[in-house]
Amino acid sequence: MFGYYMDLALRSLRRNKVLTALMVLAIAVGIGASMTTLTVMHLLSGDPLPGKSGTLFYPQVDADPTNDYSHTDPLDVMDYRSAVDLWSAHRADRQALIVDSKLKVQAPEVNLPSLMEMMLSTTSDFFPMFDVPFQYGSGWSADDDEKHARVAVISADLNNKLFGGTNSVGRALRLRDTDVRIVGVLKPWRPSPQFYMVAGGRFANGQTDDFYTKPEDVFTPFTSGLEINDGNFWQFTCWHMPDTPGHLQNAPCVWIRLWVELGSAAKVADYRSFLAGYAAQQKALGRITHADNTRLRSLMQWLDLNHVVPSDVHLQTWLAFAFLAICLFNTVGLLLAKFLRRSGEIGVRRALGASRRAVFAQCLVEAGLIGLLGGIGGWLLTLIGLWLVRRQPTVYADMAYLDASMFFTTFVLAIMVSLLAGALPALRASRIAPALQLKTL
Amino acid sequence: MTLHPILAALRKHKAGVVLISLQIALTLAIVCNAVFIIGQRVERVNRPTGLDENDLFLVTQQWVGAPSSDDPAGVEKLDVMQKEDLAALRNLPDVASVAPSNSVPLLNSSWTGSVSIKPGQQLGDKSGTRTAYYFTDDQVLPTLGLHLVAGRAFTAADVQHQGARDQRDRPVIIVSQALADKLFPQGSAVGKVIYSDGSSAPSTIIGVVARLQTPSTGSWGNDFAWYSTLVPTRLDSNFTRYVVRAKPGRRDAAMSAVPAALYAVNPMRVLDADDSVKSFADIRTSAYRADVGMAILMGVVCLILLCVTAAGIVGLTSFWVGQRHRQIGVRRALGARKIDILHYFQIENLLIAGVGVALGVLLAVGLNMWLMTHYEMTRIPLVYVVIGVLAMLAIGQAAVFVPARRASNVPPVVATRSA
Repeated sequence: MFGYYMDLALRSLRRNKVLTALMVLAIAVGIGASMTTLTVMHLLSGDPLPGKSGTLFYPQVDADPTNDYSHTDPLDVMDYRSAVDLWSAHRADRQALIVDSKLKVQAPEVNLPSLMEMMLSTTSDFFPMFDVPFQYGSGWSADDDEKHARVAVISADLNNKLFGGTNSVGRALRLRDTDVRIVGVLKPWRPSPQFYMVAGGRFANGQTDDFYTKPEDVFTPFTSGLEINDGNFWQFTCWHMPDTPGHLQNAPCVWIRLWVELGSAAKVADYRSFLAGYAAQQKALGRITHADNTRLRSLMQWLDLNHVVPSDVHLQTWLAFAFLAICLFNTVGLLLAKFLRRSGEIGVRRALGASRRAVFAQCLVEAGLIGLLGGIGGWLLTLIGLWLVRRQPTVYADMAYLDASMFFTTFVLAIMVSLLAGALPALRASRIAPALQLKTL
Repeated sequence: MTLHPILAALRKHKAGVVLISLQIALTLAIVCNAVFIIGQRVERVNRPTGLDENDLFLVTQQWVGAPSSDDPAGVEKLDVMQKEDLAALRNLPDVASVAPSNSVPLLNSSWTGSVSIKPGQQLGDKSGTRTAYYFTDDQVLPTLGLHLVAGRAFTAADVQHQGARDQRDRPVIIVSQALADKLFPQGSAVGKVIYSDGSSAPSTIIGVVARLQTPSTGSWGNDFAWYSTLVPTRLDSNFTRYVVRAKPGRRDAAMSAVPAALYAVNPMRVLDADDSVKSFADIRTSAYRADVGMAILMGVVCLILLCVTAAGIVGLTSFWVGQRHRQIGVRRALGARKIDILHYFQIENLLIAGVGVALGVLLAVGLNMWLMTHYEMTRIPLVYVVIGVLAMLAIGQAAVFVPARRASNVPPVVATRSA
C-alpha cells in the first residue's frame, strides 16, 4: 500500500512542478535557517562535561566587607586568602585553584619569535577533574604544586607552533624570564563554553562571546605561575585600589576561581556546611562581614546564572523558528490548494471503495515526501549557513559544524513539519463527499 | 462593486483565508521588528565618534628588552624612548601631527575610572560618574580633530609623564561636553574642579570638547559612551600607542612609512605585521563587525520571508482562480468586464491582507514588548509599523496581480461548456 501511495505522491508532485518546488523550497529555507541557529545554540548551550558536570561545584564566599551594594550574591570570583584557605583544607574529592594571566612565551631551543600567550595557573587536580586529554606526558603532581616546581603543560596548538607537533615532553619553555620544563602536551581540547573561567556573565548584558574562547596555551602550577608572572595578574574587581597593581596576594580584590569535585549528595551537603563554617570563622576573625553570603553552585547552575549563551544567538534562534512557522503556514496553504484541486480524483477513489483513512494516509505520504525533499534542501542550506557562521569573526566560529545528532534532527524536523503541515489539508481531503464530486465530473 | 459576493465566497474558503492572513500577520510582526533591529544597529554603527576620522591612523608597538616601568629610572628611560618615537613620526613628510594615547574611540581597549565633584569618592557615588581616560599630550586636539567648545587646549607646560601603572595627580584635564553637562548641569564646567578615581587631589577642567566617544563599544559601556576625559600625561611602559594624522589624502603613504621610521629610531621592537599600523577606518570596521553582521542577517531573513509570503499568496490565489474558472466564465457571459474580474481578486486580497495586517500590528507590538523584556530593545516607533503595513499590502497586491490577470482573461465562452 505504501508503495502505491508513494507512486501516487510522485505522480502528483510531478504534475505541478512549480507548486512542488515552491513547497519544497519553503520547507528547505525554514529548516535551513532554524537548523543553522539550532546547531549554534546546541553548540553553545550544551554541557561542557557530559556525565561529569553534576559532580563539579563552584564555591563562593563574600569577602567584600563594604556595604556599597546589596550583597544579594557574593562576588563572582574569590580573593586570594579565601580561595587558598578553602583549597588547602582539601575537603572535596578534588579541588583546583584557577587564575589566568598573559605573558611572553618562548622556546629557547627553537628559533622563533616570542609569543604573547595566556597562561593558566592551576593546581594538579585540574587535569583529572576536568577530564583534560593528554597527547604526550601528563599533568604535574600535588608535590609539584607544593614545591613551586618550574614545570608546564602546553596545548596542542602551542606544541604545533613551537615544536611542529612532536613530543616535546622534557623540553624547555621560557615563560617571561623563567625556564620551565614541559611535562605534558594536551590533545586538542575545546570545551564549550570554556566553563572553568566563566564569571561575570550577569553583568555582560548578553554579550558573552568571550566565554567561548579557546583554553589557554600554557598551564603552570598555581604557586609557580604566581611567581613567574608576578605583577601581571588582573583583578575581577576590587573594593579598594590595590597597593601594587598586578600583585594581588594581599590586595582587597577578587581574582581567583576555585572549583571542587564532590562525588555524592552527602559530600555536597558536607562541603556546603564546611563553606558556611569557614565564612563564620572568618567573620569571627574580623576579616569578612557578610558571612552568611556563601554559595555552592553546580557547574550547570553556574553556567545558567551567567547566561552563557550570548543574547544575539538567542535572538537569532527565535527568529529562525518564527521563520519556520511562516514557512509552515505557507506549506499548509499550498497543500490545501493542491489536495482540494484533486477533489474529483479523490471522489473517484472514495467511490471505488477507498476509505477516508486511506485517502488521509495517501495525502500524508505526499506531504511526507515533500518534507523529505525539503529536508535534503534544508540540510544543504544548513551546511551553507554553518559555513557562513564559520566565516563570522566570533570566537566560537571554529566550532560550528553539523554533528550526527543535528544531521538526524534536520530530517526529523523537516518530516515532522511537513506532516504537521499536511495534517489539516489531508483531513479536509479525506472528508470530500464522493457523490458531489462524481456529479460534477 | 459591492463587497457582499466577495465575503460570501470567502466564507467558503475559511481555511485558506485564515492561513494566508495568519501568514501575513506573522510576516508583518517579524519584518517590522527585524527592520527595527536593523535600524538600531545601523544607527549605532553610524554614530560619529567626535573625531575627524579621515587621514587618521593608529600605531601600536612594543619594545623588546625595554627597562621596567615599575622603577623611576626605568620610567625616565622609557619616556625618552617614547619622545624619540614621537619626534621621528612628527618628522615624516606625510604626517600632519602625532599624539601618544593609551587608546582611541572604538578600539575596545580602555582605561575607565570614575570622576566626582567631591574628593575621595569611590565608584558608585551619586555625585560622580564613570568615564574613560585618554592619556595623551598637548597635540591631542589637532591630531584627533576634536572640536574645542570652551576653555583652552593643553600646552606643552601641562604635559607630564608617569609609569603606566603609577597613580599620579592630574592637575588639568579636558572633558567631553556630555561629561561636563553630567557633572555640572547648570553652567559652564571650565575652571571647575573634579576628583578622579576616588582621589583627593583636585583636577581642574581647562577645556571642553564637543563630542568624544569612549573606546568601548560593548553594551557594558553604553552608560558612559560619551563621558571621556583627556589627561595630558604620557604613559610610559614597554608598550605604546601613537595616534597619527596624515596630511590630507596622504594616509596610506604615511602608514607605509611608519615601520621603517620607527625601526630606524630603535630596532629593538615588535611591530606586528597586521595590527601595528591600523587606519581608523579599519578600527571602525572591526568594532562594528558583529552589528553589521546581525543587520545583514536580519535583512536577508526579511527578504526571504517576504518572498515566501508572496509565493504563498500567488499559490493560493492561483488555486482559487482555477477552482472558479467556470464561475468567472459565467460572470463574464453575464456582462462583467475583464477589469471587474481583476478588481474582484484584488479586493479579495486586500480584504484578506487587511485582516492579516490588523492582526500583524498587534503581533508586532506584542513581539516588540517581549523583546524589550528579554533583550536590549526599545519601543518600536510607529513609523516602522506603518511602513510595514503599507509594504505588506503592496506585496499582497503585487502577488495577486498575475493570477488575477489570468482570471480576467478567462473567456465568457467557458460558461457554455460543461466543467
